[in-house]
Amino acid sequence: MTKQEFINELESKLSRLPQKEASERISFYCEMIDDRIEEGLSEEDAVADIGTTDEIASQIVSEIPLSKLVTNKVKPKRALRAWEIVLIAVGSPIWITLLAVAFAVIITLYAVLWVLVVCAWAVFASLAACAPAGIALCVIFIVSGNLTTGLAMLGAGLVCGGLAIFAFIGSKAATEGVVLLTKTVILGIKHCFVKKEEA
Amino acid sequence: MDIQLKRGLLDVCVLSAIKTEDSYGYKIIKDMKPYIEMSESTLYTILKRLELAKMLTVRSCEHGGRLRKYYHITEAGLKRIEDFKEEWREVMSIYKFVTKEDKND
Repeated sequence: MTKQEFINELESKLSRLPQKEASERISFYCEMIDDRIEEGLSEEDAVADIGTTDEIASQIVSEIPLSKLVTNKVKPKRALRAWEIVLIAVGSPIWITLLAVAFAVIITLYAVLWVLVVCAWAVFASLAACAPAGIALCVIFIVSGNLTTGLAMLGAGLVCGGLAIFAFIGSKAATEGVVLLTKTVILGIKHCFVKKEEA
Repeated sequence: MDIQLKRGLLDVCVLSAIKTEDSYGYKIIKDMKPYIEMSESTLYTILKRLELAKMLTVRSCEHGGRLRKYYHITEAGLKRIEDFKEEWREVMSIYKFVTKEDKND
């Protein structure tokens, strides 16, 4: 491969990079090739010595922070035309609202998930509170001479206590489930970005 | 080797390569070759990082009808090398302590 071919190949593979970044890197490799040629290597050998453009490009892309790649991708390649700006401005009541609604829906769904978890814990708390209350009522009724009601209260309290244990297990599992789901979704979103950029 | 550690070591290697006189990319790689192999891309990243940290300055010079970039070490760069030596005296004495048992075996 000649030096010019190497440069052309690298240029096309780095087209995603910010213009300044790409040209600076390319001139760096150019200098490296020229220095090898000056030392007596043939142009072919000098280019081969640097490595393949695929290797170089993938290493460069992996070194550049994701934020830089994303900004470069989001930024339009050319300046927006007047009518495009007008269209964006005129359409803003529609697209801004839609975007806000979509965002609100996602946030709401997520909040609902947590509300369910809170409910589960509330059930647990009330059941747990019933157990000592039942025992206390049992003592009060027995002291005041009402043995049957007292025993019924004791039974009810113990049943509630038993159910509270199950409610606790359920609530804990629900909390862990939602936390895990959150982590997975966030990781998934990140992966989407990385894959897109490296493709 | 730990990536952070290796990164710090390579920084100091490159600074040492330009310590006595200004040097250029290909020469830095050649000078380091007997000690450590480094790819062009890695060198580029390190030079950029050191330039941002003001440990070296860059100037373009005409050479054989083309431009070549020369790298010059700054005071901060020289200090980094001295700090490295100081740090590694400590590391070496820790290493001696850690491997002390091995020698007794």
